[in-house]
Amino acid sequence: MAQTFNEMVDQGHVREAYRNLEKWQNDMPGDLRAMKQSEAEALFRRVGITFAVYGEGGDPERLIPFDMFPRVFTASEWRKLDRGIRQRAAALNAFLADVYDQREIIRAGRIPEHLVTKNEAFEKAVVGFRPPRNVWSHIVGIDLVRTGPDQFYVLEDNCRTPSGVSYMLQNREIMMRMFPNLFVENRIAPVDGYADTLRKTLASVAPQKCDSDPTVVILTPGQFNSAYYEHSFLADLMGVELVEGQDLFVDGDFCWMRTTEGPKKVDVIYRRIDDAFIDPLCFRPDSMLGVPGLMNVYRSGGVTICSAPGAGVADDKAIYTFVPEMIRFYLGEAPILENVPTWQCAKADDCKYVLENLSELVVKEVHGSGGYGMLVGPKADRATIEAFRAKIEERPSNYIAQPTLALSACPTFVEEGVAPRHVDLRPYCLVGEKIELVPGGLTRVALNEGSLVVNSSQGGGVKDTWVLAE
Amino acid sequence: MLSRTASHLYWMARYLERAETTARLLQVGARNGLLPDIGGGYRNDWEAVLQALGQLEPFREKYGDPNQRNIETFLFFDSSNPASVMSCMANARENARVVRTALTSQVWDAINMSFQEMQEFHRTERSKLMLNDMTDWALRAGALIRGAIGGTQLRDDGYRFIGLGYSIERADNTARLLDVKYYVLLPSLSYVGSALDQTQWATLLRSMHAHRAFVWTYKGEITAGKIADLLILNRQFPRSLLSATQDSVDHLEALSRGYKQPSRASSVARGLLGEIAELTVEDVFDEGLHQFLLRFMRRNDQIAAAVQATYLSGVPE
Repeated sequence: MAQTFNEMVDQGHVREAYRNLEKWQNDMPGDLRAMKQSEAEALFRRVGITFAVYGEGGDPERLIPFDMFPRVFTASEWRKLDRGIRQRAAALNAFLADVYDQREIIRAGRIPEHLVTKNEAFEKAVVGFRPPRNVWSHIVGIDLVRTGPDQFYVLEDNCRTPSGVSYMLQNREIMMRMFPNLFVENRIAPVDGYADTLRKTLASVAPQKCDSDPTVVILTPGQFNSAYYEHSFLADLMGVELVEGQDLFVDGDFCWMRTTEGPKKVDVIYRRIDDAFIDPLCFRPDSMLGVPGLMNVYRSGGVTICSAPGAGVADDKAIYTFVPEMIRFYLGEAPILENVPTWQCAKADDCKYVLENLSELVVKEVHGSGGYGMLVGPKADRATIEAFRAKIEERPSNYIAQPTLALSACPTFVEEGVAPRHVDLRPYCLVGEKIELVPGGLTRVALNEGSLVVNSSQGGGVKDTWVLAE
Repeated sequence: MLSRTASHLYWMARYLERAETTARLLQVGARNGLLPDIGGGYRNDWEAVLQALGQLEPFREKYGDPNQRNIETFLFFDSSNPASVMSCMANARENARVVRTALTSQVWDAINMSFQEMQEFHRTERSKLMLNDMTDWALRAGALIRGAIGGTQLRDDGYRFIGLGYSIERADNTARLLDVKYYVLLPSLSYVGSALDQTQWATLLRSMHAHRAFVWTYKGEITAGKIADLLILNRQFPRSLLSATQDSVDHLEALSRGYKQPSRASSVARGLLGEIAELTVEDVFDEGLHQFLLRFMRRNDQIAAAVQATYLSGVPE
């Protein structure tokens, strides 16, 4: 594996962005650190920032470990990321609009048809439909990793309901509360405009039939969902109702919510439930999470659903390889952010290469998520590799492979003091009338030494992410 | 406000009030355990406590004979007992968690911290737990939460639904406790007016934290008439049926005003208030205390049903 890039110290020198933090770290006595750490945990527990894990035993309300050492970007680093993310979000939306309409990119031979139309996330029910402002994915979460001072790679795109933004906001709150001086000494761009921007973005895609101030709601599967805290947190920050399927009903051309003053019309639904659960009449009939008849209202322009049903076809791991192509095709621009080189096992040549080099590659299931269903070749033993080989041979189209990237590492508080741990980044791009992005994102950190898996369900933690102001 | 939000606030308050009632009964039962056995060795106080909560049968099935330790476990910690302090607090907290955006951070904090403390109790070795500490804690937690609600919640519709939960549950609890006194505490009618009767009325007063209020208000010896007056008709006593019903009416009228919409719930509640406001203790005894209480509980349930239909179902009548 290549050399790990350390975000703080490059070739023996502390990088400019981290200068103030170096002093902060050195001046902090161990007992103060322990005290602050438990204070942070108490704050998280107290305000109830937990993610729910049901069915595994133990405390169902768990804290995601919070690391106090921030991860820092300079203004110029961020400028590039910002442009690259907006570009990608625009291209992904253009792609979605196209594949549910003219399919020009397919006709131009740039993307194989079967990858789109045979895709599980492709939604036949919305072919030919045009959502307000032709926006399909309103909240785009782009996962990024860094391998060097100027090397950033997009790991994956999340066009449906990317989660974690509440941690971005709360990590900042907690850092400001515990270390106010850091915010005096460093000029850190604020992220607290996120909720306001989200509300404006959602309001800006209200359906045409909406002739007054649009009523926006967040639709949650309910309190047992692992991200329920985030749903209620966002609803609270935006000042909109947090609804469950049972709170909504369809009558006539519109969707209504049940209130203590009778039915109230709903114009925009930021749904945090999957496509399959939106409308039992249209999709899964056994689900109680959605609203019967909602898709009809949606298709006739009575309500906007964010992100649009069917948007998932753009964030598939097989489609991912074509995003640079989309950028060139729809925007006529060169991609600012690179993809990780990816082999598609569906292609015979690629598959052959992958099978020959399993011990050096990361292999992922095309539809997998949450860090499950993954082979990290260099870390795996022989038996695991052979088991994966059999799975790939059985169903090659289900897998892609990527080289093991040397993910950058950021200083992190560990038992023995401060040590580098691998990190990734998920910024959240909002697409409505405009494309907007707050300076920051969610940095996830692999707390176990050497581990590359930053996912919270696999022992990952989170950090505050700073973008230094100009 | 979403009907479901209103419903969670309402039930949160009902569970909080119920947790306090259970804690009070536990406290009284334990206190009685310390008293000498009067009235011919008859000792069914714990059974009466269980009966008051409608939990005597489930308890017997699970634990057999009522001894203090089992009853403490059952009434405080047992999550299979829906009236246990633990169940009520967990339900209240779950309802609060779902609608935390409708609560101030102080209220959520008070509920959530209380819940964490209770779990701490649960993890503590039982031999290190004194019953009094547990019941004191539960009553203190209840007061803390009520104080946070009173001190920080906006006087909007959410506040009214919380208030309704408290007042409807409280009316029901007071009526139940009174009824239990009459039919369970007293093994037979021949005990009426006896020393046992006296002690048990005093017990009832304690279970309502009303002993001092009684002494200050009525002077002299404890009689069934005076107690019935205090717990049913006294406007000054916060747990009396009249006070609780008045609270329900106030909250419902505030809702109607806020929504600029008269409601059936409000007229049902005003109807009940009108009936009992004019009563005397003699009227109650003429009807028969038990009959009166049953009728009251039914009427109180009608208020709850009307609240449900008017506000909590989301489709107005």
